[in-house]
Amino acid sequence: MFRWHIDRQVAGTLAMLAAFSAVMLFLMLVFLLMEAWPVLAEGGWRAFFSHDSWYPLEGQFGLTPMIWASIAITVGAIMLAVPLGVACAVFIHFYSPKLMLKGFRLVLSLMAGIPSVVYGLWGLTELVPLIAELQPPGASMLAAILVLTLMILPTVAVTSAAALAGIPKDILAGGAALGFSDRRTIISLALPAARTGIWGGVLLAMARALGETMAVLMVAGNVVQNPSGLFEPVRALTANIALEMAYATDTHRAGLFTSGLLLTLLVLILAWLAARMTVEPAND
Amino acid sequence: MTDRLFSALIWCAAVLVVASLAWVLADVAVKGVSHLSWSFLLAEPLDAGRSGGIATILVSTLLILLVALLASVPLGLAVAVWLAEFTRRQQVFAATTRLSLDVLAGVPSIVYGLFGNAFFCVFLGLGFSILSGGLTLACMILPVFIRTCESGLSAVTDDWRKGAAALGMTRTTAVWHILLPAASPAIVAGLILGVGRATAETAALIFTSGYVDRMPEALTDSGRALAVHIYDLSMNVTGGDAAAYASALTLIMLIVVLNTLAQAATDHWFSRRVSTS
Repeated sequence: MFRWHIDRQVAGTLAMLAAFSAVMLFLMLVFLLMEAWPVLAEGGWRAFFSHDSWYPLEGQFGLTPMIWASIAITVGAIMLAVPLGVACAVFIHFYSPKLMLKGFRLVLSLMAGIPSVVYGLWGLTELVPLIAELQPPGASMLAAILVLTLMILPTVAVTSAAALAGIPKDILAGGAALGFSDRRTIISLALPAARTGIWGGVLLAMARALGETMAVLMVAGNVVQNPSGLFEPVRALTANIALEMAYATDTHRAGLFTSGLLLTLLVLILAWLAARMTVEPAND
Repeated sequence: MTDRLFSALIWCAAVLVVASLAWVLADVAVKGVSHLSWSFLLAEPLDAGRSGGIATILVSTLLILLVALLASVPLGLAVAVWLAEFTRRQQVFAATTRLSLDVLAGVPSIVYGLFGNAFFCVFLGLGFSILSGGLTLACMILPVFIRTCESGLSAVTDDWRKGAAALGMTRTTAVWHILLPAASPAIVAGLILGVGRATAETAALIFTSGYVDRMPEALTDSGRALAVHIYDLSMNVTGGDAAAYASALTLIMLIVVLNTLAQAATDHWFSRRVSTS
């Protein structure tokens, strides 16, 4: 393939480095599995679903309350972030005055760039006391949902804006030719045409929400219980790992690694779906 | 009427988003500024961080970041060059590498923390150290960095490759003197993304680089990153809020400064190369 000797040498070296980086995924799975093995091998994983609660020091390994909490927080954040994010994308494409456009995009990228621990700090000192005034204790599922909404909103907005930018101009021109108002054009032409791209963004945002640790850890209250109301404190899967890794040993440690594996699996399924979604429009 | 209602709703959403960002930023700026000073930046933390400063934590943060960048940037550039310039698109090995990088890019940071703890701290025996934390972060930012640089290289027009070949350049020379400088905007973007994520990361560092807030004497010492410091102050230290806000403001400013530096350094390096070649 290469004419020059040096090119063959460089290609060989680079290929080795690439193999090294590709092996990392393998290494990661191996180490997660190895650490989780004590629990997985003895069929101990069944305890994750059969035990009612999580008291690792007393041998109670029920993960279900935390799985439900993670899912509830993620779904809540998605329900808020998707309408808002899509509205932002529509704003960018149809409503924003030219002068504001750059500024608004800057706002979205700033939002995406703020560290999650700063969102957590803000949530803990501003949002939680506000919610506590409504109904104590304040550190609750609602707080986690609101903070996560802000964190995933840029993802939804930016991917939706890209999807809207990608729809053929003919479609919008067709709307104009039929005398559609902006609202009709957007609701019945633009958004349906961009739907696969928007769904891709939603799935990515979902994966991010599920994997987010610090912000949720700081505002959700961290009580292990099935989510029963917006004002109840809950503990997410990710928060559990961050809280207990420092002192976990033996089966407890293996249990945390297993929950990490579970989390990875969930996130990867979402990412895979998102990748399929974002590729498809080419075939339409 | 409904048309007006619809556009009002869209405007409301946009205003709401801008207002929320303003709330977060103003909150951090106002509460952070009152506690922030040169002595805060240059003093060691006292009384679990309630008083004193963050000098040792800044040093640890920068060391962790340095380790992460030294490990990931050369490796990342090499892999990106290989993927974009030295393979054919359909080649199975290259496709496998791409797929595994994309999968890695989606893994949550807390899982990188678990892996880093099992691999660097326990298996390699590095313990809770700046080295473990930095290498964990390197693993975390590598996939996105590679893919950004690769797409930047692929976007360079083929005319330049043909021109280089017609001049009898080796592919290696063409990559070094023409293609990498031409792809520098993408490389800067990848670098900024990586620096931003690494500086902001907390979850992956809590149980790889640890909590110790003394001045690190070697890379094998444990060191507390700024983001971990903010977390610890706000959650575990009562009365640490003022220091937490000042640290948060410092963290945001640090990210801005590092982004500017990354931009300037890359511009400088590449512009000199393009003009002399």
